[in-house]
Amino acid sequence: MNLLSVTNLHVNFHTKAQELAALIDVSFTLNRGERIAIVGESGAGKSVLGFSIVNLIGKPGYIHSGSIRLENDELTKMNLRQLQEVRGKRIAMIFQDPMMTLNPVITIGAQLVETIRSHTKISYKDARNIAIEKLNHVQIASPERRFDQYPHELSGGMRQRVIIAAVLLLNPDIIIADEPTTALDVTIQAEILQLLLAICRDNGVALVLISHDLGVVSKVAERTLVMYAGRIVEEGPTLEIINDPQHPYTQGLLNALPQMTLPGQRLNQIQGSMPSLIERPSGCAFHPRCPYAKEKCKKEQPSFIHSGVSSVACFLVEDMINEFANQDQEVSK
Amino acid sequence: MKYNKKDLTHPISGDRWNHIWSGFIGDKLAVLALLIFLFYCAISLLAPLLAPFDIDDPAFMDLMNSEIAPSWISHDYRFLLGTDAQGRDLLSVILYGTRLSLTIGICAVLIQATLGICIGLIAGYLGGRIDNFLMRCADIQLSFSNMMVAIVFLAIFQSLFGIAMYQQLAMVILILVIGLTEWPLFARTVRASVLAEKQQEYVDAARVMGISSKRIMFRHILPNTLSPILVIFTVQIANAIVAEAALSFLGLGMPSTEPSLGSLIAEGMAYMFAGSWWICVIPSVTLIILILAMNLLGDWLRDHLNPKVYKD
Amino acid sequence: MLIFLLRRLIQACFVMIIISVISFAIQGNLGDPIQQMVSVTASQDERNQLRESLGLNDNFINQYWRFAKKAVQGDLGTSFYYKKPVLEVIFQKVPATLELAFCAILLIIFVATPCGVLAAIKPKNPISRLIMIVSSIGLSVPIFIVAIFMVYFFSIEWNVAPSFGRGETTEILGLWESGLFTKDGLSHLLLPSLSLAIALMPIFIRLIRAEMMEVLQSEYIRFAWSKGLSTPRIYFIHALKNTMLPIITVGGIQAGTLVAYTILTETIFQWPGMGFLFMDAVSRVDTPLISAYLIVVGGMFVMTNTLVDLVYGLVNPTVRLASHGI
Repeated sequence: MNLLSVTNLHVNFHTKAQELAALIDVSFTLNRGERIAIVGESGAGKSVLGFSIVNLIGKPGYIHSGSIRLENDELTKMNLRQLQEVRGKRIAMIFQDPMMTLNPVITIGAQLVETIRSHTKISYKDARNIAIEKLNHVQIASPERRFDQYPHELSGGMRQRVIIAAVLLLNPDIIIADEPTTALDVTIQAEILQLLLAICRDNGVALVLISHDLGVVSKVAERTLVMYAGRIVEEGPTLEIINDPQHPYTQGLLNALPQMTLPGQRLNQIQGSMPSLIERPSGCAFHPRCPYAKEKCKKEQPSFIHSGVSSVACFLVEDMINEFANQDQEVSK
Repeated sequence: MKYNKKDLTHPISGDRWNHIWSGFIGDKLAVLALLIFLFYCAISLLAPLLAPFDIDDPAFMDLMNSEIAPSWISHDYRFLLGTDAQGRDLLSVILYGTRLSLTIGICAVLIQATLGICIGLIAGYLGGRIDNFLMRCADIQLSFSNMMVAIVFLAIFQSLFGIAMYQQLAMVILILVIGLTEWPLFARTVRASVLAEKQQEYVDAARVMGISSKRIMFRHILPNTLSPILVIFTVQIANAIVAEAALSFLGLGMPSTEPSLGSLIAEGMAYMFAGSWWICVIPSVTLIILILAMNLLGDWLRDHLNPKVYKD
Repeated sequence: MLIFLLRRLIQACFVMIIISVISFAIQGNLGDPIQQMVSVTASQDERNQLRESLGLNDNFINQYWRFAKKAVQGDLGTSFYYKKPVLEVIFQKVPATLELAFCAILLIIFVATPCGVLAAIKPKNPISRLIMIVSSIGLSVPIFIVAIFMVYFFSIEWNVAPSFGRGETTEILGLWESGLFTKDGLSHLLLPSLSLAIALMPIFIRLIRAEMMEVLQSEYIRFAWSKGLSTPRIYFIHALKNTMLPIITVGGIQAGTLVAYTILTETIFQWPGMGFLFMDAVSRVDTPLISAYLIVVGGMFVMTNTLVDLVYGLVNPTVRLASHGI
C-alpha cells in the first residue's frame, strides 16, 4: 500500500472577485522511504501542493476537492485536532527560509522540547535528552550550549540544521521540504542537502522535496514530478526525466540549467513567464511559451499518457506515440 | 546602467489616485465620514451667517434666559438647542465653538506637518550624525506626550503672564503649543519613507542627472511620501482638537468668554449634575461626532493608501 | 547589559538636567521671591541687600548650580500656599496618583490583551466585530467626556459608586496612605480608574490586534502549526510573546499620556493626587510647587521609560545580544 496517495486534488483561492484554481487535478503517490521531488518555476503551485498535504495552505486558499490519504487516514476529512496529531508526528515540514522559520523570542531548546511534549507524554528531562541527541545527529557542535540559545545567535546553515533536527524529533514517516536550500549560501547548500539525504536514507523516511532546481533534485530524489501552472505535466524516475525529458516544459527547464551551457554562452531560458492564476491560458497552459504548440494545444487540455517509464501530459508526445503505434500496426500487418 | 523611462518618473501616477478615489466612493462609511467633516467645515466657515444670534452683541448674554432647555422640551422656539448658564443661545455658541476648535486643530497640524516634514526630510536625506541627533530629539519629545508638554507649558505661561493677558492670546498660544509638540510623528514617518525612497532608481537617476539635493527632496521624494503624510494629517487633526478640548477643559485653553467646544463642556459639567444636561451633552456630542468622522477617515485612508505609519 | 544600562542612565540624567533647568527657570522668573519675603514697607536698599545675600544677583549658571545642589539634597523650596517643604506636600499625594494609575494599568492589561487577541484570531466573530466597533468609537471619545458620563450615570443616576475623593484610607507602615484595603476606598477608586482605563484601552486593543494579525502571518507561526502544536500554545506562547514587543514600546510612550490623563481624571473626580495638586498650584501661582511637580513627575517618567526599556531588553533576546557585543 502507498504511504501517501493524493488523488484528483483541486485547491482554490477564494477571492472577492472570483475563485482561482491554484492546483488542478493533481494526483501522485509516495511509498514508504521513497524520495520524490516536485519541480517547476515559481508560481507553478509546488509550495501550495506541499502545504496542502497537511492542510496548511495560507488564506484564502482551501482544498476544493480530491483526496489525500496517509495510509488509511483521509487527511482532507480530518478536524483540526486530528490534523495536529498528524502534523509534526507523521508528516513534518522544512521551510524555505531558516531565518524566518524559528520563533525569534523562544530558545531553540524550548522550540524542540515543545514539539516532543505536545505529541507524547514524557518528562521535560527526557524530551531534552531526545532534543540534544537529535541536535547531535544533525552535526551541531556542543548541542547543550546551543539548546539554550536563541535563533538569532546561529547562522543560517545552523538554523536549517536545527529545523531538520526539529523535524526528526518524532521520527515522522514523511518529510516535506519546501526549497530547503534556496535561502542558503552555495557552500552550505550542498552540506544541508547531503544531511537531508543521509537522514532520509538511514531512517527510511519518505521525502517530498520541493525545488525549482533540477540540479538539486537529481542528487536527492528517486522520482520527479514536474509542475506547470497548477498541474503535473510530467512524472517519472529522476534519471529518466533528466536524460530524456518528454514535455517541452521539462526540456526547457533542463536547457536553462547553467551546466547545460558552455562558458560565455547565453543561458537558454524559456521564453516568457509563468502565467498568474488570473490569466491562465486556455487548453494546455504552457502553449503560449511552447515552441511546438499546435492549434489543438490552445483548445484542449492534454491527458496523461504513459511514455516508457514516465507519464506526460502533452499532445506532442501523444501524437508521436500514436504515430509509432500506427507504424507498428502497419509493420505487423 | 540604462534606465527605463518608467524608472525615471514618479511611481505615483494619476491612475493610482483615481483608483483610490473610486474605492472611496464605494465605501459608504468613508463617504459619510467625509461628508460629516465637510459639513463641519461648512458650518465653521459660515458660523457668523448661520448663528441665530450675534455673539458680540452685549444683549446676547442675558441671565434672564439662563438654562432654558432645548426647544423640543421647553417649547421656547427662540432657542433651538436651549441656552447655557449665562443665558447664551447654545446653538450660536456651539457654532462659534466648532469654528474655533477646527481652526485651532487645522492650524496646529499645519505647523506640526511643516516642521515634521522638514525635519524628517533632512534627517532621512542627510543621514549620519544629524539624523541620529534629530531622531533622538524626536524620541525624547514623543516620550513626553504632547498633552503633558502642553499642560505644563500652558500652566507656566498662564502663571507667568497672568490670566488676563493669557486669555487674549489663548488661541495663538494653543495653536503654537499643540503645533510644536507633535512633530515627531510626521518626522519619523517622512524619514522612514525617505530612507525607502532613497533606494529607488528614479532618485539615483535624478542624482546622476545632476539635480541638486534640495530639488530631489522636494520634487522627487516628497510627492512619494504623500500618502503616509495624508493619513497622519487626518488623524492628527482629530488629536489636536481633542488636545485643545482637554486643555480648555482644564481651564488652560480658551476662556469662557470665547468658548471652544472643550470650554463649553467644562462649563456645562457642573450644570449636568444639577439637571441641565443639554449644556454639557450637546457640545460633547458635537465634539465626539467630529472626532469620530476624522478617525474613520484616517482609518480608511490608512487601510487603502496602505502606508507604513509608525505606530509609536 | 551593563553598557545598555549605563547608556540609559546617561540619557536619563540628560533629560533630568533639562527638566530641572526648566523648573528652575520657572522658579526664578515667576513672581519675585523678595516680594514674598519682606514687608511692604521695606526700603529699596533693604531689598537690594536681601537680594545680594540670597545670591539673586549672581549669574544664571551659579544660581542654577545652587538650586541643583539643594535639589539633590531633597530641598526644592517651600510652597507659598501650604507653607511646607514642597517635596513633603507632593509625596503626601503620590500614593493616591500611583494607586489610580496602577489600577488603570491593571485594567488595561487584563481587558485589552484578551480583547485584542480575540479580535485578531477570530476577526469575523461577532464579538470581535463588536470589540473593534466599540474601540473605534472609544478612540474618538475624549477622556473627560467619558469621565463626566461615568459620574452622571454610575454616581448620580444609579448611585453605584461615589464620584469624588478617595474615601476611607488606611496607613501602611506609616508611609503610604492606601485606599486599596477598605471597601469604601475601593469603591471610590472604581470610577476614576475605570475612566482612565477606558480612555487608553482603545489604542491598545487596536494595536494588539494589528500586531497579532501581522505575527500570525509570519513563517514561524506557520512552522509552529506544521509541528502540530496545540492551538492555545501557538496563540498564547508563540504569537503573543512576539506581539508584546512593540506593545511594550508603545506602553512606554503612552506613560506620558497616562500622566496627562491622570491630571484630567483627578480634576473631574476631585481625586486628591498629584495632578489635582498641580492644577491647584497653577491656579494659585504656587511656583515652587509647580516646579517641584515637574521635577518629581519628570523623574518618575524617566524611571518608567528606563524600566520599560529594561523589560523590553529582557523579553527580546536580540537586544540582549546587541549589548553583549559592545
